[in-house]
Order: sequence, then C-alpha cells, then structure tokens
Amino acid sequence: MKVSRVMTVALAAGFTAAAPAQAQVSYKDMADALHAVMESDRTVYTRMVVNRLQNEEKVIKASEHFKDDKALPLPAQMFRFGSEMVAEKKKSFSYSLQSLWPVNRQNAPKTALEKKGLEAVAKEGGKPFYGEETLGKTKYFTAIYADKAVAPACVTCHNDHKDSPRKDFKIGQTMGGVVIRIPMK
Amino acid sequence: MAKPDGRRIFWIGWVIMTIGIGGYLAAGLFMKSAASNPLLSPARSMFLPGKTSHGHYQIELACESCHESPFGGREALQEACERCHGQELKNAVDKHPRSKFTDPRNADLLEKLDALLCVTCHVEHRPEITGTLGVTLAGDFCFHCHQDIAKDRPSHEGMAFNTCNAAGCHKFHDNRALYEDFLAKHLDEPALLARRRLPARNFREVAAAFPGYPADRFPLKAQTAPDAPAELMTSKETVGDWLATAHARSGVNCSGCHQVENEGAKAWVRRPDHKACAACHGPEAKGFLAGKHGMRLAEGLPPMTPGRARRPMHAKARDAQLSCTSCHSAHRFDTKKAAVEACTGCHRDGHTAAYERSPHHALWKKELAGELPPGSGVSCASCHLPRDEYRAPDLDAKRVLVQHNQSDNLRPSEKMIRPVCMSCHGLGFSTDALADAKLVQDNFLGQPRARVKSLEMVARRAKVVEAKRQARKP
Repeated sequence: MKVSRVMTVALAAGFTAAAPAQAQVSYKDMADALHAVMESDRTVYTRMVVNRLQNEEKVIKASEHFKDDKALPLPAQMFRFGSEMVAEKKKSFSYSLQSLWPVNRQNAPKTALEKKGLEAVAKEGGKPFYGEETLGKTKYFTAIYADKAVAPACVTCHNDHKDSPRKDFKIGQTMGGVVIRIPMK
Repeated sequence: MAKPDGRRIFWIGWVIMTIGIGGYLAAGLFMKSAASNPLLSPARSMFLPGKTSHGHYQIELACESCHESPFGGREALQEACERCHGQELKNAVDKHPRSKFTDPRNADLLEKLDALLCVTCHVEHRPEITGTLGVTLAGDFCFHCHQDIAKDRPSHEGMAFNTCNAAGCHKFHDNRALYEDFLAKHLDEPALLARRRLPARNFREVAAAFPGYPADRFPLKAQTAPDAPAELMTSKETVGDWLATAHARSGVNCSGCHQVENEGAKAWVRRPDHKACAACHGPEAKGFLAGKHGMRLAEGLPPMTPGRARRPMHAKARDAQLSCTSCHSAHRFDTKKAAVEACTGCHRDGHTAAYERSPHHALWKKELAGELPPGSGVSCASCHLPRDEYRAPDLDAKRVLVQHNQSDNLRPSEKMIRPVCMSCHGLGFSTDALADAKLVQDNFLGQPRARVKSLEMVARRAKVVEAKRQARKP
C-alpha cells in the first residue's frame, strides 16, 4: 500500500513511544497499530473472561441483555461500547465490528468497500484488506481485519442465536471483520 | 423667547419615545435578569419566535438556558439539550445515540435525517407542527432508515410506518420495556401478579454510608429536644410535628435545616429552600429541579405556581409557590400526604379527578387503614414519583429512593411499565393499559379495550425459531 499521506502521532490513539512530538505515521501503520490493541483486548476478554467464566467454570452467563440478566456483556458489545466511547471523544478515527453473517443486521456491510473487504478477509484468513472510500463528503482510509472465532464461546453463541444467519461456525474460522476508518487529509 | 413649534415638540417626543421603547426592548433581550423581572419580562416575551412546547414553556423566558451562545449554532443548542436530557437518554439505553450516527458508515442515513441533533426531530417554538413528546417530524419518520424492515421481519410486511411508535411497539429512544427478548420473557403473565408490592425505601439503612450524606453533622441518633433558639420556639405543634418525623429519629434537629454557615459565621434561616434539603436528599432535589415542579428554580427563575401551568389546576392553588415543602409541608414531612393530597390540591384534570373512583385508590385507602402492608396501595406518587433503585459509585448498597422528576417516566409513558406497572401487573396487561388513552384518562377504572400486538408477534416468532432449532438437531 503506497503511503502517500501522513498524520501526526498526536492524532493516533496509543502512540506514546520515545518518538519526537511531530513524528508521522502512515494511515496503514496507524490502523495496524490500533487493530493490534483492539484484537488483543478483544481476545483477552473473550478467552479470559467470557469463555472461562461462562463456558468453562459456568459461574456466570454472558448476555446481550447483561443488565437485565445480571450477566457479562457479550464480547461484541464490549467492543462496540469501546468504539462508542471513542466516538464520544471525537477522535480522528472510528471502528466497528461487522460481518457477512451478522446477528444484528445493523452490522452487515453497508458500503461497497466494506463488502469487498469482508469477503477478502474471509477468504484470505489473516491478510488485512486496505482501501479508500468517500462517505458523506469525506475521504477515508479504510482497513479491514479478519475477526476469528478465538474460543468456543464465539461459535456456540453465534451458531445457537435465533437471529444468526449462519449456524456452522468452527473455532479458528473468520466470523467477521474489524473495520477501521481514518479520515484522509 | 420664541415658543417651540409643534413639529419640534413632536420630533423630540418621538426620539425620546423611540429611545425609551428601544431601551426597554434591549433590556428585555440582553439582560438575563429580565426573565424574572416582572417589569422587563413582557419585553423579553416579545422576542419569543412562537409558542413554546409543553416541555419548555415554564422556562421560555430564560432564553439563555437553551441558547447559551448567540453564535454557537446548532452544536451549542445540542449541548444545551444534553445538559438537561443527556443523562436521561443514557439511563434509557438510547437506541439511537449520537455515537451510532457519527460512524462514517451511516453518513448516508444522516443525509436523510440528521439524527446527531435533537432539533432535527424536536424543533422548539413551532406549535403548528409539534406533536406528542415535542416531536416535530411526521409520524412515519422511521421510514427514512428502516424502509426495508420487512426483509428482516416478514411479519412487518404492509405495516404503515406511522404505526411503529403509535401502536405501542417501538420508541425511538427508550425500548427497555419493549424489546423482543424482554417481551419473550414475560409472555402469558396474568393481569395481576401474585405479589403486588412497591419496593420499600431504605434511606435510613444506607444513609450513613451514602456518598455525600453529612453523617458527621447528623449521626443517626434519635433527637428529643429541639435546638432552635428559644425565642423561636413558640409553636408546640411544630415541635410535635418534628418529633413525629424520620428527621427527629435520625439525628436531624432544627439546626440541620435552619442553620447555615457562611465563612465561619452561623446564621438562622427561617424558611430554608430546596438547597437545605439537598444537603441530605441530593438525588431527590436533583430530580425535583429536573421536573416540571422545580425546573424554573433550576434556571434561576421564580418558583413555579399552578397559575402558570397549562394543565388544569384548582383556582384556589394558583399562587402556591412550588418548593420541597409545598408538597411535604415543613416540619411534618408526611410522605402519605405528599403522595396524594399534595397532588390533588393543585391538579384538576380528568385523570386526577378519576383517581378517587379507581381501584388504585381503593388499595391506597386500605394501606392507609393498615389493612394492607406498606407498598400495596397505589397513590399518585406510586406511579408519578416512582421508587427507583439508585446505586452511587463507590457504594455497595443499593438505595431505593423516590424519583422526584415526575416527568421522567412520562417521556414516553411506556417508561412506567417496568419500574411501576410491573410491580403488580403482568407485562401484557401493563402495555395494553398504558396504550389505552381512555383508560388512562379514567385512571384505570376498567380493562384495556385493545391489545398491543407486539407480544403476540413475539410469541409467534418464538415458535417459528424453536421449530427451526428442532429441525436442525441431528
């Protein structure tokens, strides 16, 4: 991917290394770094909290209606709440979790690039997809990363959910994608 | 000396009058205090661009409350909306939060309906297009984004888009009592549940540990001797009233409310206002200031009076100034009187008038007579000043307290279903009853005449889903 435009470190979420204050990173590097954090946190929550306590220890359930059910938020909700909190902070990027087989239809691909990217990462496994698109009046750098089933909790929940359009997921398979968007200057 | 001619006198008079009127109008517009000044408020009211909605008319002259910055544009207006309504929306688990629409992938939806701003759907000062809950869009607005809903939910095929909300199935912001899985959990409940009881208040039990409660000033120890200055102790009745209260039992003496400390100097206040109550009853005072009874005080205006209300009120009450004590009456603080008589003393609408004939009132009378346990009767406050679970950060214990913003669960009234109606009634009955405008007007004397379809639709879908699940089993 040609790195044509740059943005300052200050705009990125977690770049605090000993780099000079005005060091610059490419859109792709910024998206990759953001995704590394997101994917790690998401995996930790899914494996060490939800899968351990719900599927292995069976001490608490995870539920979409976690407040009413006094349960754990689902990993997808955990991800979305973080994304909404970032949106409230008005940072210069946005991210979401989407799928070609979403439980919530709002999370199906909407733009042509999202569809293309989700199809690409579903086919090619670990390889991210990068592209540019204009939404509203803004041009975005859009990166899409495969989101895989990292624990039994992922597949049991999706395969059993009444609103899931696909019921044959297996551990390790790509279930959807993380979409990160950065507005281009 | 020549006499001034008539024309000259006319022009001098004209200039003086113009400056006078201009100055009067300018003072009304630019002086914030004009909102509460009886001489200047008529000048300020001339600048109102149209009749203000039911929600805001009480504070319409406090222009700065909403128009915080004259050149701030719609974003500044949005901040003002969120200042009063933001937390309420968060509590309601808003189904259409701003964050959903700041996502660039929804840019196309924003072009159809700018859901980032409250004023897209709630335009103020436009009575000719203002409907229920201050909505100024046509009732079929869901169509803009959900026009293909039947693809996902074939059961919705052919339904008109003005029925999403009007039929009682969906609300734009708050669907806590309406979402599918909640309905599925409460299918087939009886109209009357076996246990019918409101949660008991528990302030005394958790007060000492409650963040902000001045336990150092008021150790929870019963008081028997009033500590007011001797020259003020002229009414035995007042002392008797106080001794009968939870205040006396919980360590709150006269000085607790009447004595203020300012830079080390202590002063005695004869008529403490809501700020004195807020020292211990913070969340209650916050609710009071957010609702129709206290919102004028919150904006620095003179207190609300029934005479200013748009809803029917008793003439004899028109000049009563609303404060904590106008409903709770000072010293006695009788919550039972505050729960019914305080309301019926001012409100004169059909729903209030019908209360005495209602089955709810019959239960209330039985509770007052000791024939039913506390929490079994249904007063005005049971529904309109409901008991909420309140959990403060850093506090393990839950506090059950009265929500003093009586508008909170009326926007929309389906907000009553879970915390109020379902304390005694099944979900289906509760939903149907609230959707029946005549039954509401009659204060629930009778049965709902129609059924909201959502529960039946959920039950039908659950059967289809289960059949498919069974079919998938090997």
